[in-house]
Amino acid sequence: MAKKSSFLSMTLTLTLICLVCSALLGFVYSFTEKPIKNAEVAKKNSAISVVLPQFTNVPSEEEQTLEMDGKEYKVYTAKNGEDIIGYAIESASAGFGGPIKLMIGITVDGIIHNISVLSHAETPGLGDKIDPRKSNFPEQFKGMNPAQTNMAVTKDGGDIDAITAATISSRAYIEAVKSAVALYNNVITK
Amino acid sequence: MSKLNIITRGIIKDNPTFVLLLGMCPTLGTTTSAINGMSMGLATMCVLILSNIVISAVAKFIPDKVRIPSYIVIIATFVTVVQFVMQAYLPSLYETLGLFIPLIVVNCIVLGRAEAFANKNGVIDSALDGVGIGLGFTIALTLLGFVRELLGSGSIFGIKLIEGDGMLAFVLAPGAFIALAYLIVLFRKITTKKS
Repeated sequence: MAKKSSFLSMTLTLTLICLVCSALLGFVYSFTEKPIKNAEVAKKNSAISVVLPQFTNVPSEEEQTLEMDGKEYKVYTAKNGEDIIGYAIESASAGFGGPIKLMIGITVDGIIHNISVLSHAETPGLGDKIDPRKSNFPEQFKGMNPAQTNMAVTKDGGDIDAITAATISSRAYIEAVKSAVALYNNVITK
Repeated sequence: MSKLNIITRGIIKDNPTFVLLLGMCPTLGTTTSAINGMSMGLATMCVLILSNIVISAVAKFIPDKVRIPSYIVIIATFVTVVQFVMQAYLPSLYETLGLFIPLIVVNCIVLGRAEAFANKNGVIDSALDGVGIGLGFTIALTLLGFVRELLGSGSIFGIKLIEGDGMLAFVLAPGAFIALAYLIVLFRKITTKKS
């Protein structure tokens, strides 16, 4: 079976294996790096096109990072020709199983156009209903005027129906929307 | 042992999930739906075949005392390769499985086969062992995902059969244990009758 272990042979073998493995990884990374980036950009752009009305520019190229209350938000500006039609704001909050990352589209009149989920780790079958493909909970936010809505679940005296058995996920979702709206009101339109 | 035997043994006699009870963490964690279970099984199979081949080829040159760290480095390399490739060419699958891919490194099946089979056998036999064990794992995970998806969300491979929610417990962790236990009982019943 295996060779006898001596200090020299052990060191040499491990060094050699690590060298070969890192070379292989570097090689694979060199040709997957671009597709990975493209896939991420494509995902971002498709999320933006879902949450805002039609635009003509490429919003992912107009990324800016804004700060509010010590948290950083990525904001993408959508334009139709020269006119700004709205902003897609990446906003995150702490959910039940991990961070919930949302892309929130707010048009220039301050109305929430639509929201899509970028990533989450909520419980399948319960909290993952924040995904519009799985329930109509996110429908409530479509076309909502945040100034005229009490942004909280009905349990907390607000206007939004929480997902059954997933109040924590619902609250976190609303929290992320609220901070995006606050960012829009206090930073973007100022 | 004939070549075909190596493969069928991995699926039935040495089935990693139902008989050896190895790699329970990804088994219970990823099988919330049939398609998730199947993808996890296939990803593990890729890593298993590659690592078995390489380990059986280099086992002779690795000093005994550093064999485990060497195997782990080799396995981790292949897992990262699979992760890169999946992220680049199958981004939607990566989104659902991404969290579990790095877990393949610590999946005891992969290291277990390296220790128990690949370092004592030839390259071809080890590759076949990877195929067999990988298939056994894939079949088990697909079955478990299938049962949990059907009972928990009333759908099969994402196609909705029954309106409404189903028994939510089956999508959650307790349902995973219950479904797995019943599948093991069934599997044992069928396989012991045969032999």
